[in-house]
Formats: sequence, C-alpha cells, structure tokens
Amino acid sequence: MILKFNEVSRAFRGPDGVVDAVMDLSFGVAAGDMVAVQGPSGCGKTTLLLMAGALLRPTSGEVLVDGRDPYELPPDDRSGLRAEKIGFVFQQFYLIPYLSVLDNILAATVPRPDSKARKRAEELVDRFGLGDRRRHVPAQLSTGEQQRVALARAVVNGPRLVLADEPTGNLDAENVEIVLAHLKEFASSGGGVLLVTHDAAVADHADRTLQMKAGRIPV
Amino acid sequence: MNVLRISLGEVRYRKLGFLLGLVAVVVAVGSVVASMLLLRLHDIETESILAGKEKETRRRLKALENEVRKATLKLSFNLVILPEGQDIREWYTRDYSSKYMPEEYVDMLADSGIVLVRHFLPSLQEKIKWPETKRTIILVGTRGEVPNLHKSPKKPLVQAVPKGTIVLGHELHRSMGLKDGQTTRLMEREFTVHKCHPKRGNKDDITAWIHLSDAQELLDKKGKINAILALECICAQVGSLAEVRKQITDILPGTQVIEKGSRVVARAEARLKLRADAKAILANARERRALLKGERERITAMLAALLVAACATWLAVLGYGNVWARRSEIGVMRAMGYRSRHIALLFLSRFLALGLMGAVLGLVGGIIAGDALGVMLDESGRGMIAAKAMLQVGHILGIVALSCILTLIAGWIPAMVAMQQDPATVLRGE
Repeated sequence: MILKFNEVSRAFRGPDGVVDAVMDLSFGVAAGDMVAVQGPSGCGKTTLLLMAGALLRPTSGEVLVDGRDPYELPPDDRSGLRAEKIGFVFQQFYLIPYLSVLDNILAATVPRPDSKARKRAEELVDRFGLGDRRRHVPAQLSTGEQQRVALARAVVNGPRLVLADEPTGNLDAENVEIVLAHLKEFASSGGGVLLVTHDAAVADHADRTLQMKAGRIPV
Repeated sequence: MNVLRISLGEVRYRKLGFLLGLVAVVVAVGSVVASMLLLRLHDIETESILAGKEKETRRRLKALENEVRKATLKLSFNLVILPEGQDIREWYTRDYSSKYMPEEYVDMLADSGIVLVRHFLPSLQEKIKWPETKRTIILVGTRGEVPNLHKSPKKPLVQAVPKGTIVLGHELHRSMGLKDGQTTRLMEREFTVHKCHPKRGNKDDITAWIHLSDAQELLDKKGKINAILALECICAQVGSLAEVRKQITDILPGTQVIEKGSRVVARAEARLKLRADAKAILANARERRALLKGERERITAMLAALLVAACATWLAVLGYGNVWARRSEIGVMRAMGYRSRHIALLFLSRFLALGLMGAVLGLVGGIIAGDALGVMLDESGRGMIAAKAMLQVGHILGIVALSCILTLIAGWIPAMVAMQQDPATVLRGE
C-alpha cells in the first residue's frame, strides 16, 4: 500500500466546542490505484487529504505513506518525505504568480535539487501540451492550462502518491477529461492517486470510490 | 531553480512593496551618511577656525615681541644691592641703608665676569643735620660708576663728583644762594660747589653729593658703603632678573638685591600674560567647538537612531504584509516539501537585497544631501569636498554591512512568522 489510513480521526476546537471533522477512517491506496473519495462540501474530504499529505496531524489513528508514519518524523524530514513521495493538485491550482510555466514546475524541485530536473520539467511541459506556453506566467494561461501546470508540478519529482483536492472543480468539461486522463496515466504507471471530489461524474473515473459523509466512510 | 531566483521573481512581481522598503532603507542610510559628513565638515571648520586664530595670535605676538625687543634694547632695569642684615622695610622707609658693607665689594663685582650688568655705582648715603646751615639734608658719597670690566665700555650714566667738591640739589643751593665755583662749609670742611642741579621735584632737591672718600671721612665710615646700584641690567626676558640676582648673591653672599622697578619687567610680564591669554582664548575656542560638536553628535545620534528605528519598524510592517500576501504561496511550498530554512531564505534574501541596494543608494543620496546642506553652511564648498574625501572604503563597507544587518533584523520577525505558518490552515481555508 502506498497510502494507508488506520482508524484515523481528526477533531478541531471551534467556537462551539470540539468538531469531529474525520472519524475512524480506515482505507488504503495501492500502487496503480486511483481512489476517489466523494462527499458533499464540509464532509471532511480536504481534512482527509491534508492528513494523507503529512500536512495535518491526526488526533488519533495512524497514517502510513509508503509504509512510514510521517508524523513520527521531525518536521524537516516530514517535508523531505513530501518532496520525495507526494505530489499535490488543488482546486485553486496555487501556482506561483510571478514564475513562468517552466519555473512553476521547477519550483517543486527546489527541496530536492537534481541535475536532471530541468530535463524532466521540459518533457512534462511538452507532454502536457504546454510547449508554446513555457515562458508564460499563470495570469496568461487558461484555467485548464493552469491545472495542467499544477499537475506537471505535482509529478516532476516522480512521487509515489498524488493527492488531488477537487482538481476539476474550476475546469470545463474538456479540461476535466484531460486532467483525469493524466491522473489515470500516472496511476497506470505505478503511482497511487487519491482524489477527493463532490462530483460523482468525476469519481466514476476512479478505480474505486469511497463515499464520505459527516467525517466517516461507512464500510 | 533555487530560492534566490524565486525571490528575485517575487521582487519584480511586487515592485511597489519592495520600493517602499527601499525608500525606508535609503532614508535611514542617507540620513546617517549626511550626518557623518556634516559632523566631519564641522571638524574641518573647527580646525580651520582654530588654525586661523592661532596664526593671527602668533602674528600679533611676534609683532608685540618685536616691539618689546626693540624697546628693551634701549631699556634696562636697575638693581640696588644692600648689605647683609639690612631690614628691607626700614630701607623702604628711610630710603637708605643703616647697615654697611666693604667698598671693595664693588671691585669684586666689576672683576667677577658678571654679564648682565653694565655699571656699578657704590654709594654711602645718610640723612644728616648740616650743622653750618641747620638744615636736614641727604648726604650722598659717590665715586662715580665702576664699569663692568667684562663688558664693552659705555658712556657713564652718573658722572663722578671730584674730591673736595660738592653738588647741590635745587632747594639747597637756592636757599643758601650758592652758585657753581663758590665755596661752602660742611661739617667743618670746605667744599667747592661743583654743580647746582635744577629743580627735580623730589628728594634730590635736598641732596648734597660729595666724593665717596670725603663722605666716608665726614661720616666716619672709612672703606664702607651702604648701597651699590647695579645699572643697565640687560633684560632679555623676565627670568633675567632672577639670574642677575643669583649671579650677584653668588659673588656677594648675604647681600640683598632689590629691583628698582622698570617698565621692562612690566612689559615682559604683560607679554607673558598676553601669551597666556592667547593660549587661554584658543583653548576656550577649542573647548567651545568641542562642546558644540558634542551636542551636535548627541542630537545627530539621537535623530539617526530614531530614524533608523522608525525605518526598521516600517520595514517589519511591510515584511509582515508581504508574508500575509504570500500565505498561499507559503502553504503550497510547504506542501511541495519546502523546509523552514527555504521559507526563511525566501524572505530574508528579500531584506538582504533591500539592505544592499538601500545602502548603495543611501550612500549616494546621503552624500548629495550632505553636499547640499554643507554648501549652505560652508559657502566655498571646499570643506564638503574634504569631508567627502574623508569617507574611506572602511566607512563605506561599514555602512553597507550595518544596513544589511539592520534590514535582516527588521526582516527576522516576518521571516519567523512565515516559517511558523501552518500550511494546512492556509490550504484548508483557501
């Protein structure tokens, strides 16, 4: 299993008391798997994704990424694990507004400097159909192109796991298909994909869909 | 790709924020540089003023010393040598001594080689009652001047009175109706009037001068005198008086030497006082300039410190605003695996760039501002040129280093805030 959740819970302290965002989740994502977690807004999907990405410590339970619990590592090592094994794709893209397409992709290689990084980035630019946009900044790209840049950035380091939070939320139908196709391609090449969405049509593209409601994934 | 390239891109993207920070650093550095230049200009002006005063004082002193030197060629001072044991108060009261010394003392002085005295005048003086005329007179016995054998001969100041003759003061010859060549009797001895002095308006008018040996016989003081006048003592400086005194008392131990009062001593003392006053004026001027400089330095340091603190605060506020504007950037960078040091470097490199650029521009701006202010204070502008020349490489490097350190300190808190940001909060919230 690339990703394993063992009875993972996460609670937040709110103005009205403690809020259980996620309760007792147990599931896994294997290599080659594209797993979708579908549920309405506010059901805890993003919280789940952040815990999977070693960005949010669970209140209880265990998260294993490629067999290791990232929350047992010191913060810098945890960052290193993210740089090495995890790629993120967000609904809002989160591209760096002053860097070009190529530089945005290369920004992901800063924590793991590599002499071949530029070559990989150039290949991804071409593969994702961004060849004539390599020097453009995000403001000069369409939403579909921006999400493709984000996707290229997520995979440039050759991660084992891609976590996608509503990756198609801001895209038109054509670009939805393009992005999902790329995610499936990543999974087919041996990686794992955990995709969270509220859209059943998007979830249908996954190999497996888990329904999430009120912080739980009923068995 | 590295953090510095990302940082550079961000500076180009958020130019306004960077420029606002740059202005703050330029103002801080510029004000410090301008203050330094103005303080240096003050130093240069001080030296120039003091040099001018010193030059003028030296010129005036030299002129006065030349005057005094010319005057002292013609002037000298006189000394009275009194016998051992003579009460000086009594001498001042009676104007002649009641103690006696051997006449040969004069010859001892003349033969001694003493260099500061030209003539010696031995005398035997007493106040007596002229029995024949029932008058109280001052009788002075003198044999004339004894020249200093070791000095070149000069015309005597006091002429000798020949033996058997008498010189009369105005009141004496007038009241007795005596004229030159006539005879008169004094203490049963006949004397021929050698000279009748005109009115002098002092005790000379009741004085009678006879030859020393005649006086010694009349007063029964054979071989004795009660005063030696040392005439034309050469006065090069006030210290000569003490030197002459020492020379005389070395030759005639026990005798007392009194200076008869002269304008030369007063002038020499006045000259010394002038020199001392000039020194005091210069010292006072230097002290006042130093006080002024001290005050200016204090005010400048206070203002500069306030300005630097204000600029640093402004930088920190701008830095915090920059962190807030880039929180989603920070969040996604954390998601990509950026460590705390990457985030810190991202922000601190920005502040370092501010420090470097601000220092260079601030130096230029400070020199221009200092120049403009300096020319207003020092119209010739020469002082400011010299002040700028005093800005050494060490100073410039010091200013650049200090600027970088201060901007890094100002940027430290924003960088810490950026490092501490929880990416989950940002990414979940967005």
